Amino acid sequence: MSLDVLVCVKRVVDSSGEVVLSDDEQAVDGRYAGFTVSNHEECAIELAVQTAAAVGGAASVVTLGDPAAVEQLRSALAVGCTAATHVEADPTVFGPADVAREIAAVVRDHEAAGRPHDLVLLGNDAADSGDFQVGIRLAYELGRPVINGAATIAVEDGAVVAGVSGPDGHETYRVPLPAVVTVLEGGVEPRYPTVPGRMKAKKVEIERRTPVSEPSGPKRRRLKLPPPQPSEVQILGEGPEAAPAVVDLFERLGVVSR
Amino acid sequence: MATVPTSAGVVVIGAGIVGNSLVHHLARLGWRDIVQIDKGALPNPGGSTGHASNFIFPVDHSREITDLTLDSVRQYQEMDVFTQSGGFELARTEERMEELRRRMSSAKAWGIEAELVSPEFVKEKVPFIETDQFIGAFWTPSVGVVDSLRAGTIMRESALATGQLTVVPNVEVVGMDVEGGRIRRVRTDGGDIEAEVVVIAAGVWSPKLGDMAGVSIPLTPAVHQMISVGPCPQLAEQEGEISFPIVRDMDTFCYERQHGADMEVGSYAHRAILHEPEDIPSIEQAKLSPTELPFTSDDFDPQLEQAYELMPELLGAEGAEMRYAINGLLSLTCDGAPILGESHVKGLWTASAVWIKEGPGVGRAVAEWMTHGYSEIDIQHSDIARFHPHQMRREHTRLRTTESFIKTYGIIHPAEQYESDRNQRLAPMHESQKKLGAFFFETGGWERPHWYESNASLLEEYGDRVMPREHEWDARWWSPIINAEHLRMREAAGVVDLTAFAVFDIEGPGALDTVQRTCVAQCDVKVGKVIYTPVLNAAGGFVSDLTVMRLGEDHFRVVTGAAHGMADRKTFSDQLPGDGTTLTDVTDEVSTIGLWGPRARDILSSLTSDDVSDEGFGFLSCREIPLGDVTVLASRISYVGELGWELYVPMRDAAKVWDALLEAGERHGAVPVGIGVYGTTGRVEKGYRAFGFELDAERTIVEAGMQRPKVKAADFVGKEAYLAQREQAPATVLCTMTVDDHTSASGRKRYMLGGEPILTRDGGTLTDGHGRHPYVTTAGSAPSLGKHLLMAYLPPEQAVLGNELAVSYMEELYPVTVASVDATPLLDPQNERIR
Repeated sequence: MSLDVLVCVKRVVDSSGEVVLSDDEQAVDGRYAGFTVSNHEECAIELAVQTAAAVGGAASVVTLGDPAAVEQLRSALAVGCTAATHVEADPTVFGPADVAREIAAVVRDHEAAGRPHDLVLLGNDAADSGDFQVGIRLAYELGRPVINGAATIAVEDGAVVAGVSGPDGHETYRVPLPAVVTVLEGGVEPRYPTVPGRMKAKKVEIERRTPVSEPSGPKRRRLKLPPPQPSEVQILGEGPEAAPAVVDLFERLGVVSR
Repeated sequence: MATVPTSAGVVVIGAGIVGNSLVHHLARLGWRDIVQIDKGALPNPGGSTGHASNFIFPVDHSREITDLTLDSVRQYQEMDVFTQSGGFELARTEERMEELRRRMSSAKAWGIEAELVSPEFVKEKVPFIETDQFIGAFWTPSVGVVDSLRAGTIMRESALATGQLTVVPNVEVVGMDVEGGRIRRVRTDGGDIEAEVVVIAAGVWSPKLGDMAGVSIPLTPAVHQMISVGPCPQLAEQEGEISFPIVRDMDTFCYERQHGADMEVGSYAHRAILHEPEDIPSIEQAKLSPTELPFTSDDFDPQLEQAYELMPELLGAEGAEMRYAINGLLSLTCDGAPILGESHVKGLWTASAVWIKEGPGVGRAVAEWMTHGYSEIDIQHSDIARFHPHQMRREHTRLRTTESFIKTYGIIHPAEQYESDRNQRLAPMHESQKKLGAFFFETGGWERPHWYESNASLLEEYGDRVMPREHEWDARWWSPIINAEHLRMREAAGVVDLTAFAVFDIEGPGALDTVQRTCVAQCDVKVGKVIYTPVLNAAGGFVSDLTVMRLGEDHFRVVTGAAHGMADRKTFSDQLPGDGTTLTDVTDEVSTIGLWGPRARDILSSLTSDDVSDEGFGFLSCREIPLGDVTVLASRISYVGELGWELYVPMRDAAKVWDALLEAGERHGAVPVGIGVYGTTGRVEKGYRAFGFELDAERTIVEAGMQRPKVKAADFVGKEAYLAQREQAPATVLCTMTVDDHTSASGRKRYMLGGEPILTRDGGTLTDGHGRHPYVTTAGSAPSLGKHLLMAYLPPEQAVLGNELAVSYMEELYPVTVASVDATPLLDPQNERIR
C-alpha cells in the first residue's frame, strides 16, 4: 500500500516582524507582514514531502480558510505536495474542535474514495491563535494515536517513528499507523519552491469542499499583545579593538566554536 | 552615537543613494555644516536603494535621463563599485525589433556603443538561453551592475572627511516649519534643527515629508516584483557577482540578472500595485525592510513561465530554489521623470523618484543647482516646478502610473498620449471643437485639438501636397489633415485655440525690474509693445523662451507654453523684488485664440470697428479692441509666419469669439487649425525654435542662431555668460535640413519623427565642439515647401548651406541637405507674409 501523507496548514499572518492586532483584537493584522503558514507547518510540509519520497508515496495538503488561503495550498504544492483540499470557510468562526472535525471529515471522505491518509501531520500550534488543540482533537476524532512536538519522523514497518527534543533530552516514539503527528519546527530545513515546482503547483486542481457541520466557534475573548520587551543595547567596543569581545560573544551564543 | 544638531547649513533627509550622493557633492562644492538624517540605520536604512537590482542600461530615449545615467556610471566607476557585464534587450516580435532599431538611433545620438545582434550572438554570451524564444537583440557592452549601498557609504564618508557633515541615523522627521514662505526648521523625534535649506531625498516617503511643509511631491510607491533563484550550477561555477550579460526580455516585461550563484528575475508585467506613503510599514513592522513587502506570487506566476521558457536549464536546474521573493517598492511619477529642485517653499528642495542608475548624477546636478542656480546637465524635465495643480493630486499620480507601469518596457511612440485622468482643463470652445471632430492631445492638463476631422474634405483638394505617410509608425498620432490645415492657413487663414497658454500678469513698482532681470530682450519698451525673448540661467543656457506684453507702465503680461508654464512662473516669481510687486497667474481667466493667414486682417476687420491695418496695428504691438460686444486684447505676433493676431479673451467670452471668428472666417476660406500646425509644420517652415526641443539649458543663444545685434544695457540673469558667448565662435550650430529621399530599402517612404542621429552621407559619426553627436531636435512636414524638415545642432564645419549629410532612421540612411544655418526661414525668408 502506498502512503498518502496529509499535512494540515493554516493561513496566518507572517509574524517575524512586529505583531499588529486587528482593531477588534480578534486577529493579527496582515497588512504589512503578509501571509504564510507557521514555521511548524512549514516543517510539517517538509517532513510530509520527505516521508512520501522515502516510501514512494504522496503528500497531500489540506486547509480550512477563506478563498485567499489557496495561496498557502499552492505554496505547499510548489514544494512537493501533489494534491490539495480546500475547505472553504471563514476561519475566524471555526474553533479548534470545529477544525479538527472538518479535517477528520476530509480524512474519512478520502478514505471512502480509496485514498486513505494513514499519516496526518500538523503543526504543533498555529502562529496566530496558538490554541495547541487541533492535532489532539483530530486524533481523538479519528481514534488514532498521536505524537506531539515531533522534530523528525520516519515511516517503517507500518509504524511512524518520531523524534521529539525536549529540555530533558531526546525522546523517540513509535506508534502504529494510522496515526497523527504534530510537528515542532527545528528538525528539518524547509525547502524553497523551485521554478518548475511553482509552475506545476499552478496547474494542480484543488479539491474544494464546504464544511460538514456548523462551527461552535473559537470562544475567544480577545487577543492581547505582551508588553514590549525593553531592548537592551550593549556596545562591545568600537573599531578593530572590539573584535575579541565579538568573538567571545559569538562563542557564547554558539555561532562559532574555538 | 551622533545627536541631532540644533542648527545646520543644510539638512539632507535620507541616506539612500540620492541623499548620500547629495551630501558628497554639497561638501565638494563647499557647503558647510551639512546634517544628514534618516529614520533607518546605516548603511541600509530600509528604502528602495537597499533592495535595488542595481543594474544599469545606459540607453534611454530621453537625453536628460541618459546623461544623468552616464554621469552616474562615471561616478560609480570612480568609486570602483561598477562591474561591467554587458546587456541584451531581446525582441520576440518584429514590432519590438523595430523599436530596437529606434533604440539604435538613441544610442548613436547619445554616443553609446550598441549593436543589433542575432539570437546566436546572445547564446554565445548567455549559453543557458533558448534562442527559439526571440528573433534578435540590442547589445550594449557598457551595461553593468553597481554596489549602490557601498557607493552610498563611500560618498557619505567622503563628505564626513571634509569635516562638514554630521550624520544622524535612527531619527524620524515629525514636522517641518515654514515661515514667510521659507523653510525654517526640521523637527525630529531627536530634536529640532534650525535650517534655511532642506532637501527631501527620502524616496518613497518623500510625499509624506513634503506634506509636512505643504509641498506636493507627487510620486507613488509602487511594487516591482523580484525573485531570486539559486544556486544555479551554471552560475555557481563562475567567480564574482556577475559574469554573464543581463537579459531584458522586453516583450514579457521582465529581466534576468545574475547575482552570484542566483538568477534574479524581475518583472514589470504584473498589474500596477500602488501604495500610499503613509501605509508603508515601519522598520519594526516590516518582515524584511519597509520597502521589501510580502511577495504576492499569483501576480508573478505568468512571468515565471515566460522566464522559464527562456532559460529552462538554468531556472530548472537541480537544487535551484526561489530563495528570495519580494514586492519591492520603488517610486513612480505621473510623467516618468524624477522630481528635483526647489519647491514653492523657499529653501525646501527635493531629489526624489530617482533610480539607482541616475542616483549619483542627480546628486551632482541638484548640488550644483543648489550652489550655482544651474547644473551642468540640464534637468528641466525633472523640475518639481513643472507640475500643474491637477498633477499634484495623488489621484492623478495613481491613475497615470497605473497606466504607465505596464509600459515600463513598452514600445512608446514619441507622440503617445495618456488615456487616464484626461479632460482636466477644457477650453471654453471645447464643445464646438468636439463637434468639429477635434483629435485632442493633452498639454499641462489642457485638451488641445491637434487637428480637426471636419477638415478631412481638404485632403482631396490638396492631394499629395499633404504628404501622406505610408508607414503606420510614422503616421501614428498624426494625420495628413494637419498638413491640409497648414496649406489652407497659408492660402486663406486658420483659427487656432491657444487657451492652454500660461499667462501671468506682473504688476507693481518693480514690474519692469522683474521682467528686465528675467528676460534677455529689452523690456523697457513703450506700453502696447510685444516682446519675444529668451530667458537664460546664470550660465547663459536657455530656461525658456516666451513673449511679454507691456500693458502699462507697471504692468507686464507674460505668455508662455502650458508644458513649461509652471516652471516659468517660478522663474519670474524668483525675481520679484519683494516691494509689493505681484505675479498673478491669469491662465484660468484668459483664453487665447490665434488668427493667422493672408485673410486674417479681412476677417478681423469684419468683426471690429478698430483700425487693424498695418499702419493702425503694427507688428509686435498690442492693444484692446472691440469684437462685437466683447473687448479683447489683440497682439500682433506670429509663431506660424503669417499675418495675424493672438486674441486674449476673457474665458466667459471665448466660446462666443471662437464661433464669431469661424463664422466670419468661413467666407474667407478660414478653417479651425490644430496644434499640429501651430507646434510643428508652421513653425519648422519658419525655422522657429521651441523650448524643450531646440532650446534647453545646454544650448546658447549664439548656438541657436538667435543673437541680436545688440545686448541691452540693463542687467539680466545670464548676461555675463551671454556676452562671453557672443565673443566666441559657437561650438555647435543649429541648422535646418531637408530630407532629399524618403525611400527605404523596402521601397516604402519613411518620415523621421525626431531624435534620429545625423551622420555623414556614408554613415560616419559627427561630433560637435561639446563632444555631442548631432540628432534631430524637431522633425516635421513643411507642406508649403513639399519637404520634410529636420532641425539639428551640427558641428560648425558641417553647418554649410548645401552640405550633404544623412539621417539614420530605423537603421537605414536617408540623404539630407543643410538648407539653413541660422534662423533664416526656408519659407518666406524676408518675412513678407507677416506684414
